[in-house]
Amino acid sequence: MGGEVIHALRDVSLKINKGEYVAVMGPSGSGKSTLMNLIGALDVPTSGDLVVNGLNLSGQESDTLADFRNLTVGFVFQQFNLLSRTSALENVKLPLFYARHLGSINAGERARKCLQQVGLSDRMHHDPTQLSGGQQQRVAIARALVNQPSVVLADEPTGALDTKTSVEILDLFQQLNDKGITLIVVTHDPEVAEVSRRNLLFRDGRLVDDVSMARR
Amino acid sequence: MEMFKTISIALVALRLNALRSFLTMLGIIIGIASVIVMVSVSSGSKQEIERAIDRLGSNMLTIRPGTSTTGGRHGGAGSAAPLTEGDITRLKERFGFLEGVSGSLSTSAPVVFGNSNWTTGIIGIHADYIKVRQWVIEEGRNFTDREIRSGAKVALVGQDIIEHLFDGNPSVGERIRIKNVPFTVIGTLQEKGESTFGRSLDDVIFIPISTARMRVSGRSSRGVPDMVGNIYLTVDLNRDIRIAEEELVEFMRELRKLAPGAQDDFSVRNFSEFIRARNETSSTLGLLLAATAAIALVVGGIGIMNIMLVSVTERTREIGLRLAVGARRRDILMQFLVEAVTLCLIGSFFGVVIGVGAGELVQRFSEVPVLLNIPIIFIAIGSAAFVGIFFGFYPARKASLLSPIEALRYE
Ligand SMILES: Nc1ncnc2c1ncn2[C@@H]1O[C@H](COP(=O)(O)OP(=O)(O)OP(=O)(O)O)[C@@H](O)[C@H]1O
Ligand SMILES: [Mg+2]
Repeated sequence: MGGEVIHALRDVSLKINKGEYVAVMGPSGSGKSTLMNLIGALDVPTSGDLVVNGLNLSGQESDTLADFRNLTVGFVFQQFNLLSRTSALENVKLPLFYARHLGSINAGERARKCLQQVGLSDRMHHDPTQLSGGQQQRVAIARALVNQPSVVLADEPTGALDTKTSVEILDLFQQLNDKGITLIVVTHDPEVAEVSRRNLLFRDGRLVDDVSMARR
Repeated sequence: MEMFKTISIALVALRLNALRSFLTMLGIIIGIASVIVMVSVSSGSKQEIERAIDRLGSNMLTIRPGTSTTGGRHGGAGSAAPLTEGDITRLKERFGFLEGVSGSLSTSAPVVFGNSNWTTGIIGIHADYIKVRQWVIEEGRNFTDREIRSGAKVALVGQDIIEHLFDGNPSVGERIRIKNVPFTVIGTLQEKGESTFGRSLDDVIFIPISTARMRVSGRSSRGVPDMVGNIYLTVDLNRDIRIAEEELVEFMRELRKLAPGAQDDFSVRNFSEFIRARNETSSTLGLLLAATAAIALVVGGIGIMNIMLVSVTERTREIGLRLAVGARRRDILMQFLVEAVTLCLIGSFFGVVIGVGAGELVQRFSEVPVLLNIPIIFIAIGSAAFVGIFFGFYPARKASLLSPIEALRYE
């Protein structure tokens, strides 16, 4: 709000391949969330090009971006962002509600399968307030998966969870990556950095380190 | 995205804030209910007026002697030269478009049948009178021209007479005495009910006008042996009654040899116009009430807009999330628009129920005529939907233009 121009991200040149599991790290304010929001088309870059799944996100119509968010990426937030007073199942069905290209699929069936995948078959009709933090995050993950996206973006998904629950969530991510989904996770947690196969380190809006590891 | 789902989302959202939704609807409920009551009442009185005009016949004109000054008729009715049989003859000759013409010489007199005795209005008429004033002969027959000319002692009786004088028994062929003159009843008149002023129209006996002049009226017929009182006439329905009225006035001035510029010493009146004019104020009032009701609806709409703005602000994060999972701007716009319209439609439903109920109560417990017409219900519901769209659009558009990332960050 001051007159000063803030470069949340600058001079970043980066290529992430299909099926990669990438951990994005760096101190607070280094631009990690900004990167995620750009990849997920929640935000648009002031300059530069960003191509995801063959689509250049710069200068696209808002409808094109909406469809991209709907079908290509799945977002997992630190604060879960579930609709309150709406059951887990309905929360998971939400992206299907806006999916125009799917034709006549059975939304309930699809959502139920995703909840099953995250181990919540027995909590489908509970409201978010009746679920633990870990369970809520799993509902959010199921929601991210329901449209079978090619990329899942998670911004500090375990930030609001305790260690034990975090481990469960990370296991879940590992399973997703094993199925071929590209995974980009922002984290402060060295454990996450360990399970991923590539670490990006940001500082002051710049990419300062890019480390790939052999598969353990 | 299907409309059905959008509506169900709206219903869920409205139910989550049930009390608030209800309070917001209240404006619409009151607006719609008052629109319906006001319009029902004003169309009720309008219908009443039209009925009164129909009863009179919308193509009927009246000619009376005396000036047309309505208030305190200066000079009095009798001071001007009376209308005569000669006038009627000349009118008939001059105007081919007259359907019926009749004099009307009325007085009041006691009537006796057996031991019964009843004082009633006695009107001396020509045969056309029945047709001109839209009476229907129930039993028996109308007067013949011969009876009119010869001053026959025959009478047509109204329903009140049958009830009070004949105790409801058949009366055709009976003999009655009017001012001690014996008359034979040759027909009865079908019931007409009350006049606009609440007086019974059926408390009447018709006799030939010549008989009335000679035997009953008595009083001022001395000077003018062929006076006819007032003249009632009907014009051909295809003829513009206002033009006919003007021609009539002109011709009457000629007949009565009035100098140019002199005031009319007779009056020609078009009763249906008269009644319409008299009720103009009441229909203006009805319009004013309807406008007030419409304002209530607009105020209700502003309430909707206000609450939708609050709702959009409160649900900014929800909007951000919906955008993040792929909602298009149009989807968000529709969601909030449908919510506003649903609010209005539910409100209008209750408004219609209450408005119709209130109309029924007014009809049952007051003298005010109420006409509930079905179209107004649909117009009310339609205008509620319009209010929803009109006042819901701005908040909905505001919601749809939020940036996903800003909306998600909103605290
Ligand atoms: N809406 C905004 N307006 C102005 N500056 C912003 C906005 N959002 C982020 N920034 C700035 O951009 C920079 C990067 O922010 P970003 O949220 O990407 O950091 P981060 O790496 O995610 O930090 P953290 O680990 O605390 O979440 C910061 O300097 C921040 O102040
Ligand atoms: Mg961040």
